[in-house]
Amino acid sequence: MDLHSAVENDTNIITVNANRIDAGVAIQFKDAMRASAIDGPARVILDMSQVAFVDSSGLGAIVAAMKQLGGGHNIELAALTPDVDKVFRLTRMDSIFVIHTDMEQATSTRQAG
Amino acid sequence: MTSPLRPDPLFSRQFSASDAAVRILLAELRGWLTCLGMDEDICGSVEIVMAEALNNIVEHAYSGAGKGLVDVSVTQQTAQLSFTIRDEGQPMPGLRLPDNQLPDANGPLAELPEGGFGWFLIHHLTRQLSYERQGDQNLICFEIATNNASKV
Repeated sequence: MDLHSAVENDTNIITVNANRIDAGVAIQFKDAMRASAIDGPARVILDMSQVAFVDSSGLGAIVAAMKQLGGGHNIELAALTPDVDKVFRLTRMDSIFVIHTDMEQATSTRQAG
Repeated sequence: MTSPLRPDPLFSRQFSASDAAVRILLAELRGWLTCLGMDEDICGSVEIVMAEALNNIVEHAYSGAGKGLVDVSVTQQTAQLSFTIRDEGQPMPGLRLPDNQLPDANGPLAELPEGGFGWFLIHHLTRQLSYERQGDQNLICFEIATNNASKV
């Protein structure tokens, strides 16, 4: 699972360089997220613009990624593609994660609290 | 021959149950739907539902063994797509479909659900959902509305 991490303005911007987060790569995603975020800033923005599809295993892996970082990091999501957005909305996980329309909105928004 | 005698368009595949085979199947199915001129929104719902149903077969009916036959057939009818999925794996617990319930996400961070979303998505995005154990096979059938004929 190819994740690219870049720290800007004390924010860790992690780009998912993959077309899918599904059952076949859920565990690799979770492990790669830990490696990319654990030693970085508390604020993490996950750029999802290249991810066309997330199944419930992938969704679970995104939740697991946030849980394994504990309370010390907060993962926000940005640029969900239509099918991914649908999965987040239907499962109401859009109320658990801060979701930004695109990366421009994400990086111009300072995290409250 | 005119259209009343033309059979409904059919997508039919048999494959060995693995994560990789599910990915290929989903891509082929999406390609077929796109060729039929389906809306992206409907293509998305189909892919979500089929991913969940087939992942469930790979992980549970065949216990993640990476093999076991799965038969998928999809027909396009006037205002819906009709789906049939067969496998020869373990039966559903209690010989019934899992509940249509979202896991509770109101607790603290450490208790957020990491699973249990799949059957909720299937129930939510389909109609006429049914499960039957036939001999040593599981049979799941459902429909997804396309409303191509009656779009507002």
